[in-house]
Parts: sequence; structure tokens; C-alpha cells
Amino acid sequence: MEPPAEVVHWMFGVGFVFLGLCLLAEAIVGAEVWRRRRWRAYLWPGIAFLMGIFMWPVMVFYTSSAIHMLAHSAWAQVMMLVGAAQLGLVRGKLHNQLWELTLPLALVVSGLAFLIHEQNPWFFSRSAFLHHALGWTLLAGSVVCLGRAAQPRSPVFNAGFAVMIVAVAALLFCDRNVAPIFGHLSPLAGAR
Amino acid sequence: MDAELVRQRARARARHSWRNTAVSALGPLTALVGLVWALVQPYRVTLLDPDKHTFWYLAIQPPLLVILVGVVFHFWVVPGLIADLEEVEEGKA
Repeated sequence: MEPPAEVVHWMFGVGFVFLGLCLLAEAIVGAEVWRRRRWRAYLWPGIAFLMGIFMWPVMVFYTSSAIHMLAHSAWAQVMMLVGAAQLGLVRGKLHNQLWELTLPLALVVSGLAFLIHEQNPWFFSRSAFLHHALGWTLLAGSVVCLGRAAQPRSPVFNAGFAVMIVAVAALLFCDRNVAPIFGHLSPLAGAR
Repeated sequence: MDAELVRQRARARARHSWRNTAVSALGPLTALVGLVWALVQPYRVTLLDPDKHTFWYLAIQPPLLVILVGVVFHFWVVPGLIADLEEVEEGKA
């Protein structure tokens, strides 16, 4: 009764869309207004932490190789780290703004995990293409997040981060277990 | 004097800021994207052909879920955010 892998990707896509909307709204109104209600301040860090928790069963039930398992556990850990660090910052338990650097760190680790564990070239299959695209999107996003950590009030960096999260959601929604990409599908990709 | 203040506040409320408009548009735009997606790829809406699909494909239908996210965001997050935004903007005015 386990959901197919592509369905799991779509479920995470839904989480990323909501996350992206929250971040976009925060970028538009500014952190001062967004954090006027306590529950709203906890919303996106809480979602990030929750998605990190949900990544663990994905690691256990959906990985077919050691490198695949390591990549999923890396995503689980960094999502929980970012969620926890942001929760600590908005709650006031953490004071050092260097904790903001957990976000670019998480994106670098996630991006590298995508690129390293995908051992096929871009046009091997849709899944391979998406792994490469997600990896480079996250690495580019880490640069935006570094800017965001340096200038937390910058609407450009905040909106850039939100748009990157929405892009991740769109890429996750494109995932299929086995499907061609721009007409390319390797015969080794497992298509029947 | 009081009447003038009331009129000024009413005018301020009527003149929504671009932030107010942008935040209010996020949910409907998201739902619209989901709707367009459902029209472009109707096979993604498995409820249209329920006998052909298993439980998970019926439960998780990305275009409908994107519409749902837009609706939830619009009715759960946006109203309080708009109220807080107006409060802050009126305070600054």
C-alpha cells in the first residue's frame, strides 16, 4: 500500500508550493508584518522541519542503493536543521544570526546530494534530468540565500529564495517513475 | 474634526497598497495555475476516470492539490496578514 515514488515527489511538491507562498508573502509584506502573529512566524520553519521528518520514511522505504539512501538522509537532516534553526531564531532561543547560514548550507548539501547521487547524464530519462536541474537550482539558490543571510531585509533576496522554492515544487511535480525528457529516454532507463 | 479623521481612514482603507494587492493575489493566482494545469493535462485529474486508477493516484492529483494549496493559503493565511498589514500601514500614515 506504499504510494508510488512519483506520487511521493508530488506530495513533497505540495509542501514546497505552500512553503513558497509563505515565503513570497513574507517577502512582500516584510518580516515585521509577517511575524506579528506568532503562529505565522513559525509556519514556514515548521513546514520545513515537518518535511524533514517525512523524508526519513522516504529514505527507509524508497531507496534502492546506498548512495540513494545517503542522499535522502542528507535532505532529511538539512531540512530538519534549517527548520529547527529558523524556529530557534524566530522564538528567540537562538540569538546569533550566523544560524541563518544553515539555510545556504542546507541548499549546498541538498544540491550536491542531487548531483552526486544521479549517476546518469541529463537526457537519460526525465528523472535524471530533474535530478540535475534540481541540483543546480539548489546550488544557485544557495548563493541567493547567502545574500539573504547578509541582507535579511532585502526584498530581492527574499523573493528570490521564495521563487527558488516554487521552482523546486514545479520540478518535483514534473517527476515520473519512467518517462522521456524532450523526446529522450535511454533503453537502459527501465521502460517497458 | 472626528468626521474628517473618519473620512481619511476610510480613504486610506479604500486605497489598497500594492503589497495588499500582491498578497491578496497569491492564493487566487496559485489556484488559477492549478486550474490551467488541469485543463492542459486533464489526464492528471484522475477523478475524471476513477476506474482506471489506484488509490494513491486518486488521492494525490497535483493540479487539484495546487488549487487546494491556493485556497487554503488565501482563506487561512491571507486574512490575518492583510489585517496586520493595514494596521501597520495606517500606523505609518
